[in-house]
Amino acid sequence: MEQEILWFGWFRADIIQEYEALFWTGLRMTVGVTVVCILQGTLFGLVIGLARLADARHAVAKTACRVLLRWPATVYVSFFRGTPLFVQILLMHFAVVPLFLNPADGWLISGDTARDLRQDYGALITGIVSLTLNSAAYISEIFRAGIQSIDRGQMEAARSLGLSHARAMYHVVLPQAFRRMLPPLGNNAIALLKDTSLVSAVGLAELAYAARTVAGAYSRYWEPYLTISIMYWLLTLGLAWGVRHLEARYGRGDSR
Amino acid sequence: MDAAIRVEHLSKRFGRLDVLRDVSCAVAEGEVVCIIGPSGSGKSTLLRCMNGLEEASSGQVFVHGVPVHDRATDLDAVRREIGMVFQRFNLFPHKTVLENITLAPGLLRGLSAPEARERAEALLAKVGVLEKRDAWPNQLSGGQQQRVAIARALAMQPKIMLFDEPTSSLDPEMVGEVLAVMQALAEEGMTMAVVTHEMGFARRVADRVLFLDEGRLLESGPPDDVFTQPREERTRQFLSKVL
Repeated sequence: MEQEILWFGWFRADIIQEYEALFWTGLRMTVGVTVVCILQGTLFGLVIGLARLADARHAVAKTACRVLLRWPATVYVSFFRGTPLFVQILLMHFAVVPLFLNPADGWLISGDTARDLRQDYGALITGIVSLTLNSAAYISEIFRAGIQSIDRGQMEAARSLGLSHARAMYHVVLPQAFRRMLPPLGNNAIALLKDTSLVSAVGLAELAYAARTVAGAYSRYWEPYLTISIMYWLLTLGLAWGVRHLEARYGRGDSR
Repeated sequence: MDAAIRVEHLSKRFGRLDVLRDVSCAVAEGEVVCIIGPSGSGKSTLLRCMNGLEEASSGQVFVHGVPVHDRATDLDAVRREIGMVFQRFNLFPHKTVLENITLAPGLLRGLSAPEARERAEALLAKVGVLEKRDAWPNQLSGGQQQRVAIARALAMQPKIMLFDEPTSSLDPEMVGEVLAVMQALAEEGMTMAVVTHEMGFARRVADRVLFLDEGRLLESGPPDDVFTQPREERTRQFLSKVL
């Protein structure tokens, strides 16, 4: 048994020291999953957001846009915002992933590869997929609101110069919308970072999992959970700082 | 030779509201046409149908013979040849004055950055806001913004210019500077369609004046005729209020 180290007379620092590697691994996992899901969720969210805004000039294309793009996108957003993320994670892990990766008859991968993948990366796959899908639903709403908040005159001015809809979107509307979307996107990123802790329930070795392991080993709760609380807190502070930095950088042409 | 713009039996409904009712008119090459009429008479809608910003309910608009309201027409190509200036300027607030002007020619006319910049600076000098080239739109007065908007449209070297109440959201002391730029453009022979409440401008600069009321084209003629001896009672009533 190692020497007990007491901080302030009650905090067993030696426990944290003993499991230091586990906390660092957990931190890397939490940060990694967060970054990947923010990037994927933003991209996919943009697609869903644009799908919710899809419209066309002529009757047939108009109906196609509604039935093939707007409706599915609306149902998607409604489902992922209307059910608990925790339930989505369990559903993904125990029902959806086994459909695709199954030793017997996986839709995507079968046989031993599927078994190994599920064993080694099952929780990671679940975490990344469910958090991406979930955050994409929220991000799509941020995109939609951001795009709709830009004055119609901007699109009209760009189109009247001869720019295509896509180019007007890319050069004129989206840059302005992006500036307005940064604060809600930042909030969303912070929420996503904290929500990664839910994936520990299916065994992803991130920060919350590390804390639970330590708590189980020593039956001490202050030390591990306070430690990860401070780590989460520092991470969210860092994210918030990053978003403020971006806002300042993309604030070109704002009231000054 | 075909007119620059020919409007044939154009009707536009918003829901149950008839905004334009069977309007036919034309703007000849090099002609300056002012469209006047009470608010809600459909003037702006008529103008916006000319470059397809507004879809026609029925009828057609031909720009240099090309039908604007036709699925087969490449509307972007038509719009490259028609400049438009808006009541609310609609400058791009995230781009500097210069970037506002160089964006479209750079993307659509294949101009290199130095070429686009040179053209933009020449146009800014022409409209008298060259010293603001690196400013942001919101640092400009309304009159300056509108002159930049005119330069932005001209940078595509359009053959036709549409003006949608270009001075209506300006402070009175800034109206003159914008009208002066427009008059200079008219004198260079630009084909122009101008929706305006500036009767002095219409009278001084227009080759022809169209009077719209409740979506109908009631009167069309040289400004001196329309302003001094209107044929329609409705025109007389309108003019008596605004002159």
